[in-house]
Amino acid sequence: MGLTDGLDERLVRKVPGAPVVLAAAEWAINAGRANALWTLTFGLRCCAMEMMAAGAARYDWARFGFEVPAASPRRADLMIVAGTVTTKMVPLVRRLYAQMAEPKYVIAMGSCAISGGPFAYDTYSVVKGADKIVPVDIYVPGCPPRPEALLDGMLKLQKKIKQSKFTAEAA
Amino acid sequence: MPVQAPFELEKLSNKEYILNMGPQHPSTHGVLRVVLKLEGELVKDVFPDVGYIHSGVEKLCENRTYPAIVPYLDRLDYLGAVNLEWAYVLAVEKLCGIQVPERAEYIRVILAELNRVMSHLLWYSAFGMDVGALTPIFYAFREREEIIALVEAATGGRLTHNALRIGGFRNDLPKDFLPGLSRFLSSFEKKVDEYEALLIDNVILTARTRGVGVLDPELAVNYGVTGPSLRGSGPAWDLRRTAPYSVYGKFDFRVPVSEGRDTWSRLKVRMDEMRESAKILRQAAAALPAGEVSAKVPRVLKPAPGEAYARVESPRGEFGAWVVSDGTERPYRVKFRSPSFSNLSVLREIAVGCNIADIIAIMGSLDLVIPEIDR
Ligand code: SF4
Repeated sequence: MGLTDGLDERLVRKVPGAPVVLAAAEWAINAGRANALWTLTFGLRCCAMEMMAAGAARYDWARFGFEVPAASPRRADLMIVAGTVTTKMVPLVRRLYAQMAEPKYVIAMGSCAISGGPFAYDTYSVVKGADKIVPVDIYVPGCPPRPEALLDGMLKLQKKIKQSKFTAEAA
Repeated sequence: MPVQAPFELEKLSNKEYILNMGPQHPSTHGVLRVVLKLEGELVKDVFPDVGYIHSGVEKLCENRTYPAIVPYLDRLDYLGAVNLEWAYVLAVEKLCGIQVPERAEYIRVILAELNRVMSHLLWYSAFGMDVGALTPIFYAFREREEIIALVEAATGGRLTHNALRIGGFRNDLPKDFLPGLSRFLSSFEKKVDEYEALLIDNVILTARTRGVGVLDPELAVNYGVTGPSLRGSGPAWDLRRTAPYSVYGKFDFRVPVSEGRDTWSRLKVRMDEMRESAKILRQAAAALPAGEVSAKVPRVLKPAPGEAYARVESPRGEFGAWVVSDGTERPYRVKFRSPSFSNLSVLREIAVGCNIADIIAIMGSLDLVIPEIDR
C-alpha cells in the first residue's frame, strides 16, 4: 500500500481487480479541460450578438477560461449553437461537429437552438432544436439569453466536465 | 440544397481554383456562403449564396394576427430592431388610418436613433475584428452596453425589444430614462472621436481600405444600394431627410456623405452618422411633448381590405414593409424590402479584381445582417 499511505482518500480510488488508481490524475485532466475551453466562433442569428457581448468588455468570459475563439472547428472544444438551425444548415452543423476533436461539448443557446423558438409552431424550414442533429450538453433558455445566462450555462458545463469520470468506479 | 456556383470546374485554367468562404466563417457575420474563383490571391469571380438562415418569416406572418407580427421584425435585423418594427407598424397604421400621438412619435425617434448608434457600434467592432484589430470591440461594447441598459429599461429587451405597438407604445418611458440619456450623450461624441482615431484614421487601415471596392454612384443606384453604403459614394439619399416620416422633418441634422466611393468612405460615413444621431437624440429629448403614448386601437384589429407600403431608414438602408389585408385579423400577405439584400448584390461588381483580403474589408464595409437577407 505504501504508495498511497497518508493520501487524502478523495484522491485515491480502488479499481476492482487492478491496483490503485490516483484520482488526482483525473482531477488534473478534468480541471485542465474545464478551464481552457476554446469556443468555435459560430453565430447563426440574434443570439450570436449576445455571445459576442458575453465575450466583450462588460461580461468578459475570459475570466472563466473561454478567451480563445477558435475560427476553425479543428481546434475548438466547445460549439455554442447560437441561433436558428435551418434545414439548409443541417449538413454544415453536423460537419462542423464532426470536425471538432474529442472531447467536445455543445451548448444550445436560445430557444431557437432548444426547440425552434418563435418559428417552431408552423415553420417549414427551421429545425426544431439543435439536439435533433448534434448531442447537446447544456441548454440556455431565452430569446436571446442574457450574457449572464450564457455565462451561467458555461459554468455549468465546467462543472459537468469536472465531474466526469473516465477511470473506473470503485467497487 | 446548396446552390451550385456558376463556375464550371472543367473550364478553370490550371492556375485558377474555387474557394468557399463560409457559411461558417468569422467574417461573414452569420451564415453567408461566398464562392470565390481565385487565381493566387486575385479574386476573379464572386458568387454569394444566400438562404442558410431562411426561416420563412414572411409566410409565418400570414398565420399571425397583426400585433403578433412585431416580434418577428426584431429577429430579422437584431441590430436595428426598432427601425424595422417601425416600418411594419407604420404600414399597418396607414392601413387602418390610425393617428399616433405626438409623444409616441418622439419616443419612437429616440429609440430608433439609439438603435442606430447601437448598430453602428457593433458594426465598428465587427469590422475591426474582420480586418484584424481586436481592440475596438472592447471599447465599443462599453458604450453599447450603456445604450442597451437604457433601451432595456424602456422596452424590456436587450436586442429583441418588441417595443412598438400599433398605435404607439404600451408603456411610457421610465422616469430615469431622460437623465440617463443625457448622461450618456454628455460624453458620447468625445468617444466617437476617440474611436475614429483608433481605427478609422489608423494608417494601416487607411492604406488597406483607400481605393478598395470602389462603388460608382450610378452603379449603386442601379442595384438599389441604400443607407451608409450608398452615401459613401456621394448621393445624399436618406429617407429621414428625402422622404421624412414621423417627426424627422422637425430635427436639424446633416446627412453625412463622402465623395471617396471606396471602402474607407463608407466607414467614415458611419462614424459621422453616429454623431448626427447624437444630435437628433438631444433635440428629441429636449422637445419631447407630454401626453398619451398610445392611440385608441381596437383590441382585435381588422383593417379594411387594401394594401399599404411604408419605408424607414434602418441603420443599413431603406427597409420597407408591404402589408396586404383581406379584411380579416391576419394579413393576407406581408413582404419586406431589406437593404442588406440589395447591398450584397452589388458585391460581385465591386469585388472582382481585388485581393482576397480586400473582400473581407469590402463585405465589412457593406454592413450585412444575414437574417435580413434570407428572411
Ligand atoms: S432564440 Fe430568439 S434571439 Fe436567439 S436566435 Fe432564436 S429568435 Fe434570435
